[in-house]
This record gives sequence, structure tokens and C-alpha cells, in this order.
Amino acid sequence: MKHRAAVLGTGQTHHRSKRLDVSIAGLCREAADRALADAGVGIDQIDAVVVGKAPDLFEGVMMPELYLADALGAVGKPMLRVHTAGSVGGATGIVAASLVQSGVHRRVLAVAFEKQSESNAMWALSISPPFSMPVLAGAGGYFAPHIRSYIRRSEAPAHIGAMVAAKDRRNGARNEYAHLRQADMTMEKVLASPMLWDPVRYDETCPSSDGACAVVLGDQAAAEASSQPVAWIRATAMRTEPTMFSGKDHVNPRAGADAAAALWAAAGITSPIDQIDAAEIYVPFSWFEPMWLENLGFAQPGRGWRLTESGATEIGGQIPVNPSGGVLSSNPIGASGLLRFAEAAMQVTGKAGEHQVPGARTALGHAYGGGSQYFSMWVVGDTPG
Amino acid sequence: MTDVAVIGFAQAPGERHSPATTNGVEMLVPIFGEVFEATGLAKDDIDFWCSGSSDYLAGRAFSFVSAVDAIGAFPPVMESHVEMDGAWALYEAWLKILTGEAEIALAYGFGKSSAGNLRRVLSLQLDPYLLAPLWPDSVSVAALQARAGLEAGVWTQEQMAEVAVRSRADGAGNPKAVRPRSDGSRSAVDLLAEPYVADPLRAHDCAPVTDGAAVVILAAGDRARALAERPAWITGFEHRIDSAALGARDLTTSPSAASAGAAAGAARAQVAELHAPFTHQEIILRNALCLGDEVRISPSGGALTGNPMFAAGLARIGSAATEIMAGRADVALGHATSGPALQQNLICVMEAK
Repeated sequence: MKHRAAVLGTGQTHHRSKRLDVSIAGLCREAADRALADAGVGIDQIDAVVVGKAPDLFEGVMMPELYLADALGAVGKPMLRVHTAGSVGGATGIVAASLVQSGVHRRVLAVAFEKQSESNAMWALSISPPFSMPVLAGAGGYFAPHIRSYIRRSEAPAHIGAMVAAKDRRNGARNEYAHLRQADMTMEKVLASPMLWDPVRYDETCPSSDGACAVVLGDQAAAEASSQPVAWIRATAMRTEPTMFSGKDHVNPRAGADAAAALWAAAGITSPIDQIDAAEIYVPFSWFEPMWLENLGFAQPGRGWRLTESGATEIGGQIPVNPSGGVLSSNPIGASGLLRFAEAAMQVTGKAGEHQVPGARTALGHAYGGGSQYFSMWVVGDTPG
Repeated sequence: MTDVAVIGFAQAPGERHSPATTNGVEMLVPIFGEVFEATGLAKDDIDFWCSGSSDYLAGRAFSFVSAVDAIGAFPPVMESHVEMDGAWALYEAWLKILTGEAEIALAYGFGKSSAGNLRRVLSLQLDPYLLAPLWPDSVSVAALQARAGLEAGVWTQEQMAEVAVRSRADGAGNPKAVRPRSDGSRSAVDLLAEPYVADPLRAHDCAPVTDGAAVVILAAGDRARALAERPAWITGFEHRIDSAALGARDLTTSPSAASAGAAAGAARAQVAELHAPFTHQEIILRNALCLGDEVRISPSGGALTGNPMFAAGLARIGSAATEIMAGRADVALGHATSGPALQQNLICVMEAK
């Protein structure tokens, strides 16, 4: 039987390209302390800790959660370490939710981070293991052909990506924690920036960030004991498919569509665009906004770009996407998924400050990873549903 | 709480230098086939998959991504991964069944430990600012722990050698053990005549560097009863972690194992498969788990006869479950450890019903 679970509090660091003022432990503790304070929960009230991050080679530390046990108050407690590629932040939230939904624990702390300045993520992604296609110049080169395929299939106009990038950077300017805060960003400026991986321009690309995110989850009793508004976890979903296989659709991967279908069914949502008030979607390169809008079922295949073009994904639009500024404004890789999940919770608890979507009651958090093959997502709401 | 049982287990033969790639596929495909044949299950019957492995062992980012190829994960599957021993993947799978989202779940772990210099690779698990830059290797850290126990009078070198003698004798009967299958006859006196590897550890005190993989299948309630004659019902599943500061804890004890064991009901076990990569660590664990002389310890031969990183802990649970499924025990305990000097410990207690 599934027990109810809720987000009691969230916290995140100020994301920067190099957080040289803190150690890895200091970075994680900064997010954890904010989440605990937001939840009104002491670290001694935490029953278990879940840590998530992307590849250990990104910092050059093997299984850093072992060293983080002290800083995160986990000594003497259960500690789990999740790694599901770029979707790991989302998976971390879902594993933490399982610890509560299973009835095993009452309050759980989930922390996800990346401190890219400790090592070199580009190098870590550029080694050539045998029998695998090398990624070489990082993720942008890997995903650009999929975007070109999307543009060809959907006949989307060339400026859609730039619209997304300008919107997300302007949203990021409303978010005090965002790495890039560019209030005066326009579509024209994006289009004038250098081309990196055709059709992805410099300003359509996520930054490399140091940062961490934390959430405190609780069971029904803990949620009801909270003096703060909580975000109830209505549903979670995870799906995986192989990186490469005959028939793989990189534009509209079946694992993402299956996860979304399972998510909406479990949350009792029949029309996502009408029933979701805010969506935090993992968009590391601008064009993934329309692509994932379709994959998630907010739009029919080939029509996601029309939603973007209409302004529907702006704050105040029909389906605001990434009011926080999203991955395009901050990308501490391992934390990026949990940031999406946490921002969804902030929206339905009315704690999103300058980037609050007015009246948001039901929100989506979404992450993906690997070669568009790992998907994790949750729906949170202001009532248990 | 939903009743959950282990109903299937398979492991790859331990190898010192497997020709397999580091992504595990070549070691996993045969044992998936083996466990499916034994249980009568197929890929589509698995509601949730969870794996444990390490990128650092493979020397590359995202090594587990390729392991998914061993599943044949299309149509897509509900799947997750921990950067830990597969025993913790089993724990996540157990949670998933308790939530009601899955009835049958499969956990696997794999590691090609021979791909690099293991004892140096494991140095990178230490505090990255204060300790790892000194490159204390994993065998030397264990030697410090062994020395602490000798000095404190908690164990003797003779007792350590006796652990190795018993382990080797048991391992001689295990076709999956890597070493030394014909060496079960050497006495403690013989072993103590050997030179030190890292004072006070001799070769017999240290688990062999091993490549391998393991898989365990869990099922809920009636599904478990239908799939296995004698399921190994999980009655306690707990894990804890200790401080990473080696100088700030008593290395001769294991508070995390003691706490997890007490919560899981370890003291009732008739047989215990302990993941002790060093002889003295078995002694620490027996003390921490309050396992008396009547408890059979690691009848498989244990980690000293085969220690595939990220699979050995899961294999201990699978081996303990086998004791129940085969009718040799009514209460069995599987243990997994992770991190330097037994920093993190997991206990799974299983019973026949």
C-alpha cells in the first residue's frame, strides 16, 4: 500500500560557474540547511538521507556520498546514492519519495549536487570507451542532430529555439539563485550569438554550474504537523530505454512518453495542458522545450513549437514552462533534475517569489538523462489529491 | 507492510581478469538467463529493475547506461541505478514493492575490478581535500584497521588466519569462487609463514581482486509463493553509515553494522553471509551483529574467495537466501559493506515461513 508523501521544504544554493568559496560538503550543506529551515525541521528529525549526482568523474571523487555522510548529518542513519545520468536529480526525489511512500521512514532529506569546477565535465564526457559512440565535444554535439530532426519533422520556424532561450533567461533574472540572470535578453540577441552546434547557438545552451538542491520529504503525519504549506506528491514515474537501437526515436522517445502516460494516469490527470498550472521541464538546449511539450502530451506531435510561439509557455501563459529560468539559467548537472522537482513544489506552495505563477496549484517536475533514455517526473499539488 | 521475498539468485563466476567489457553486459546476460530459467519468469514479468555499479571502476562516465543493453529495455522499463553495491539496489527494489508500484523486482550489480589498479582507485573514496591527495590505498587503510584491533587485543593474527582457512575450505566447494579452489588444505600455521602484503595483512587476509556480477529477484506475497517452493521472506532490511573521518571513529568496531543488525533482527540468524573483504573485518562484523559460535558464517566461502566490486554484497544476500530456499536454514542473514574500513553496512534478514 502506498503511503502519502509531501515536500515539506526546499532549498538550493546560489548557482555559479565556480563556487570556490565552499567545498563539496559546504555546497551540499548550504542547500540542505535552506531546505531544513524552509521545512521547519531539524537535521536530527531526518530519518534517512538520499544523495544524487551525475558521474563521479565530474568532480574526481569516487562515491562522494561516503565523505558527505558527516556534513549531511547521515552518520548512524541510512544513506542512499542515486545515479541515473542527467535525470538523477529527479530520480533522487523519487527514491526519497519511495522511502516515505513505502512506510519505512517519516522524514527524508534528499540532496543533489554538481560541483563542476572541481574537475572537468567536458573531459569526463569525452573519453572513448570501447564499443560506444564517443560523445566528444560534450552533450551539445550529441543532441544537435536530434533537434535538426525535430525541426525537419515539425516544420518549426528557425526562431523558436531563440524564443525559448530568451524567455528562460528573463525568467532566470527573477530567480535570486539562478546562475545566469539576463533580464534584458531578447530573441534578437539570442539569434545574434555564435552558432555552437547547428542549430544550437551559444545563448541557447545551458551553462556549467556549481550548485546543489535539497528537499525535505515527509509522511502524512509530518506534513500535517508542518506549520508551512506543503506540496503533496500526487504521482511519480520513471522509465528507461537503451541509448541506441534500431527504431529509436530521439525526437520523441518512447520512454519519455510512457513515463508521462503513467504519471498522468497515476495523478488522475486527463488533459495535462488544462490541469497543470506550471511545468519545470529539463531543457538544457532551447529546442527541447517544444520537443518535451510533445513528448509529455502537452501538445500533439509536431505542434509543441506552436505553444512556444504563442507565448503560452511564458509566466502568465496557458502553460508556464520553467518559470525558475530552468536548466538554461542554471545547470549543476546532478542537481538540475531535483531543482525542477523542487521548483514545482515551490510553485504549489506559493514560495516561488518573483517567479511565482499566480494561483499555481498543480505542477510538474521533469528530468531526463543519458541519450534521451532516462526519464523521471513527478506531479505535486497543494492538496493530497 | 507487504510481505516480500527473495525468489531467485544467480551470479557470474568470479574471475581475476575477465575478458568482458567494463559495462557488465557480457557478465549479466548469462545470469539473467539463468535466473529467468530457474524462476520461470521473463523480462516482461519484471515491474522494476535496479542496478548497482561504479563509474570509477569502469574508468568512464555513465558506465551503467550500457548495462541496460543486457536487459533489452524496449519497450521501456521502470528502472533505477545506485552508485553502490547491488545490495542497495535490492533495497530500492524492496521499497518499490512496498509502495505497491511493483510486484516483482530485479536487482543486479556488476563490477570489473581488474580494469584498473583497484586499491588505488578506491583511494578516491576518501575525503577529497584532506585524505585522498595522500593516496592511502584501500589495503593500507584496512591494514591500519587490522593493526588497531591487534593493538587493542580485539583479535590476533592467528584468529585472522583461521578466518581465511575456514573461508578457503568453504570456497573450495563453491564453483563461483575465484580462489584458490585447490588451496583449502593449508593450515593457519602455514598461512602465517607467508610475508606481509601490508603489515599486518598477508595475502590470505585480503579478498582477491575479482570481476563478476550478481542478480536477485524479489516478489511480493502470493506472487512469491507461486514462484518459489520456499521463498526467503525478508523480515528485516536495514542499512546505516558511519563517519568518513577514519581518525574520528573506533576502527575496531562497526556502529553502523551493530545498529542495522539490531534493527533487522540479526541475532536470530542461523547462517550469515558476511561481506568481509579482509579477515579481521569478519571478526568485527560477528561482534557487531552478536553472532555466536553456533552461527554458520559465509558457507559460500564469502568475499575472501571472490569479491566482485558492486556485486559481492548482493551475492551475499543471494547466497543467504539460497540457504533458505534450499532448506538448509530457517533464518539467514545477508550483509553488504561499502566504503573504507567498513564505513557503510547493510543487513538483510530472511526467513522461511
